[in-house]
Amino acid sequence: MNKLVLGLTTALALTLASGAQAADKYKACFMYVGSKTDGGWTQAQDVGRQMVDKELGDKVETVYVENVPEGPDAERALTRFARSGCGIIFATSFGFMDQTVAVAEKFPNVKFEHATGYKTAPNLTTYNSRFYEGRYIIGQIAGKMSKTGVAGYIASFPIPEVVMGINSFLLGARSVNPDFKLKVVWVNTWFDAGKEADAAKALIDQGVDIITQHTDSTGPMQVAEERGIHAFGQAFDQIKAGPHAQLSAITDTWGPYYVKEIKAAMDGTWKGGQQSWDGLKDGILTMAPYTNMPDDVKAMAEETEAKIKSGELHPFTGPINKQDGTVWLKDGEVSDDGTLLGMNFYVEGVDDTLPQ
Amino acid sequence: MEIAQNILLTIATAATPLLIAAMGELVVERSGVLNLGVEGMMVIGAVCGFAAAALTGSPWIGILAAIIAGALLSLLFAVLTLSLATNQVATGLSLTLLGIGLSGMIGEGFVGSPGVRLANIHIPGLADIPLVGRLLFGQDPIFYMSIALTAGVMWFLFRTRTGLTLRSVGDNHKSAHALGISVLGYRYAAVLFGGACAGLAGAHLSLVYTPQWVENMTAGRGWIALALVVFASWRPWRVLGGAYLFGAVTIGQLHAQALGFGIPSQLLSSLPYLATIVVLVIISGNRRLTVMNTPASLGQPFVPDR
Amino acid sequence: MRIELIKRPQHSVLFSALSPFIALLLTLVAGAIIFTALGKPPLAALYTYFVEPLTEVWQLHELAIKAAPLIMIAVGLSVCYRSNNWNIGAEGQFIMGGIAGSLIPILLPGFQNFLTLPLMLLFGFAGGAAMGAVPAFLKTRFNTNEILTSLMLVYVAQLFLDWLARGVFRDPAGNNFPGSIRFPPAARLGEIAPSQGSAHYGIVFAVVAAVLVWLMMRYTIKGFEIRVLGESPRAGRFAGFSSRKMVYFAFLLSGGLAGLAGICEVSGAIGQLRETISPGYGFTAIIVAFLGRLNPLGAVAAGFVLALTYLGGEGAQMALGISDKVARVFQGLLLFFVLGCDTLIRYQVRVVWRGKVKA
Repeated sequence: MNKLVLGLTTALALTLASGAQAADKYKACFMYVGSKTDGGWTQAQDVGRQMVDKELGDKVETVYVENVPEGPDAERALTRFARSGCGIIFATSFGFMDQTVAVAEKFPNVKFEHATGYKTAPNLTTYNSRFYEGRYIIGQIAGKMSKTGVAGYIASFPIPEVVMGINSFLLGARSVNPDFKLKVVWVNTWFDAGKEADAAKALIDQGVDIITQHTDSTGPMQVAEERGIHAFGQAFDQIKAGPHAQLSAITDTWGPYYVKEIKAAMDGTWKGGQQSWDGLKDGILTMAPYTNMPDDVKAMAEETEAKIKSGELHPFTGPINKQDGTVWLKDGEVSDDGTLLGMNFYVEGVDDTLPQ
Repeated sequence: MEIAQNILLTIATAATPLLIAAMGELVVERSGVLNLGVEGMMVIGAVCGFAAAALTGSPWIGILAAIIAGALLSLLFAVLTLSLATNQVATGLSLTLLGIGLSGMIGEGFVGSPGVRLANIHIPGLADIPLVGRLLFGQDPIFYMSIALTAGVMWFLFRTRTGLTLRSVGDNHKSAHALGISVLGYRYAAVLFGGACAGLAGAHLSLVYTPQWVENMTAGRGWIALALVVFASWRPWRVLGGAYLFGAVTIGQLHAQALGFGIPSQLLSSLPYLATIVVLVIISGNRRLTVMNTPASLGQPFVPDR
Repeated sequence: MRIELIKRPQHSVLFSALSPFIALLLTLVAGAIIFTALGKPPLAALYTYFVEPLTEVWQLHELAIKAAPLIMIAVGLSVCYRSNNWNIGAEGQFIMGGIAGSLIPILLPGFQNFLTLPLMLLFGFAGGAAMGAVPAFLKTRFNTNEILTSLMLVYVAQLFLDWLARGVFRDPAGNNFPGSIRFPPAARLGEIAPSQGSAHYGIVFAVVAAVLVWLMMRYTIKGFEIRVLGESPRAGRFAGFSSRKMVYFAFLLSGGLAGLAGICEVSGAIGQLRETISPGYGFTAIIVAFLGRLNPLGAVAAGFVLALTYLGGEGAQMALGISDKVARVFQGLLLFFVLGCDTLIRYQVRVVWRGKVKA
């Protein structure tokens, strides 16, 4: 019995000790919707967290919780974070939005950051990445590289982010090949390597010779490699899965943003209520090396990348028609961010019907 | 017309893991045991197969490791449900939880590492026959194993004495016991066989279907395999039919989407499930056949009197 | 080495009470070994896992939120399984209940009075029951196995909800993201003690349902009928009970309760209809039902235990960096120990080291 008491006291002491330790360092907390080794979205987030560890490790302690279902579980996890002394909390999935808003209201002294959402508060800022800039570049590459003039797009769920990506890809492709066509398959999952691979095979069997995806696994890349066609990586450089197939990849690089925000939170310059939407020029997304393509295509891709970074080129610049042929943007007109962030229509040329 | 062969090949790849896992579960259920842990055993097979293949460079060692790992996990289930007579449904479901967690732990270091693909068999000449060559003579070895497994299970259950005994154990364990048959011995063997099959099915995912390891890569296929056994009314050739039907509708809906019909993708994605229900409703009209095939002792624990 | 079981003439009262504690002890030992092997302080880990979630009031509220749907579904399932009907599609019925109940605030946002919430709950129950009626109909009319139909309908329900939340039910002001409007206050299931934590009345409904169903099973003819038909359909038929009607009863009740749990989750914990409303409650509840020995009151206890393992696993991640996968493995082991120790109630366990012991 004595041993038990001793044990419990030790346990308590250890718990308290870990609490004390946290007080020395600034505590930055991350909530993930998936597993930190999912090879996609969440892993990219965790790579960002590790960069914080590396750069600010002596002053900052990072904590994370993974596989948190969106809904009441997320609200509980956030509450627990806020109560356990986190100075800043990153909720890294769109679906955490309403729960983050609710918990932020209850803990006005804790700073919150929510990925890809649109609701803010005095202590809640949102952040996002202009993935569409990368998708325009890979669209251009596809336009040059495709012999059949048809690409296949493996899509997850019809949300504005994905629709924006499809449109940007097609606009890029049509900027070099005006007759370019796009076939879209919705797999209704972010993550099922087998199903994504099946979708890739179905698309290839129907004559596409370039695959791109807005799902997280390397399944489609492996199929492209096997069938001898080209594909683009998603979230990570997937060159290992497709050494001959990968043309480039849009890689998520959250680390610098996290470091910047945590530094700001520590020195008091952090601001709530912001809607940060960084792009290629800020380094929040980067292009994997342009491989498996002729030099002129590579040069074109690099030039486009440079133009987007300098602000000379915005992918959504008119004239652009909507899918039904009506005018969306007049010549030279540039889309505002609000329309992009809530995008629910296709541009002209997409061979698919959007669920309304 | 090469596209037809390509589509059939895609269907075969999608159906093979379902077929293998379901065939193993069929033998388990024929012995009177319901193991709902197929998903967990499958995912363990996938990770162990991948890890062993990645470490040794040999996909065959991967397959072996997957089979052993699946069988080992099923041994845990067997000890609990057979030796300790725990509830089979709850134990099976807990096994799935355990398997998914354990696979994540084992696989943590293997995420993103390059996979080893089990090469397709290619019989020169024969595999080049148009339309059917690659379908018959140029697929991966596990595909041929799945067909052999189906034939083997059919032969075993209905043409051998041991198979007959196994079925009698599943139909009425009391009278089987009275005849001096080791009910638990047969059930242990069946559960281990089921685990091995689930492991092999997992290896197909991580070595052939998509040669990589990602968490939860079975994505519910173990559940579909379970449903297929019921779909098949516990008959091996119907499992084959069911697995290919499910695969065909799954692939078919992807093609329908690529053609751009404008039907909501959620409706198309639900077609494989609806099709399975509809077909089962049609074939289960024959009450006599279904009742005859259902193992009467399914799910009931057996404790020998002493 | 073999394990031999000797059937007790009657259930052991001693072990009925003791087995959960033996299981807990085994779990603690196993946990200590696992955590030590991973280089984590074992006692601190066990404390975080099992005790810490119970030390603060707000956490108890969270425990109730997590346990409510598990208990409510498991209560229905325990009746269903007792009657020998194999409904494993509670997840789908949960979802359909959530959808049906949400019809009122989404389609009639102006209808806000004291009737709104009761009607929603009624719709939720009816939606779940209607979903449960499909396998029941197919079983009674076409002899179609309910395991397959109920399971397959889960996927259909998930996709249907996805379609609704992204399409027709999407909040027009929601920037085209999935999810319905936030429900108005009249359509929200209230919090029990808002100043202390966020638990809603779902847990109260769940416990009331458990008690009512327990009373029904124990003291009514219906309960007798369920047990007789479950144990021996033949004997039930001789007693004049209709197994056809029983199939419907079992599925409508379990489906209805799952549906009620669904709408409680949507209107209580979530506050809108989202594209996913359940992290697999309908499947976890099957474990809860059996862990509670198919007794409605047992389901209450089991529901809280399982909810605690989720909260504990999350706490262990946050406080000690113990990965989610380890928590999952630990949860599986805990369930195995509980199930294994239940054997002691019905059997004497004897380990035979070699040879066969003749009686």
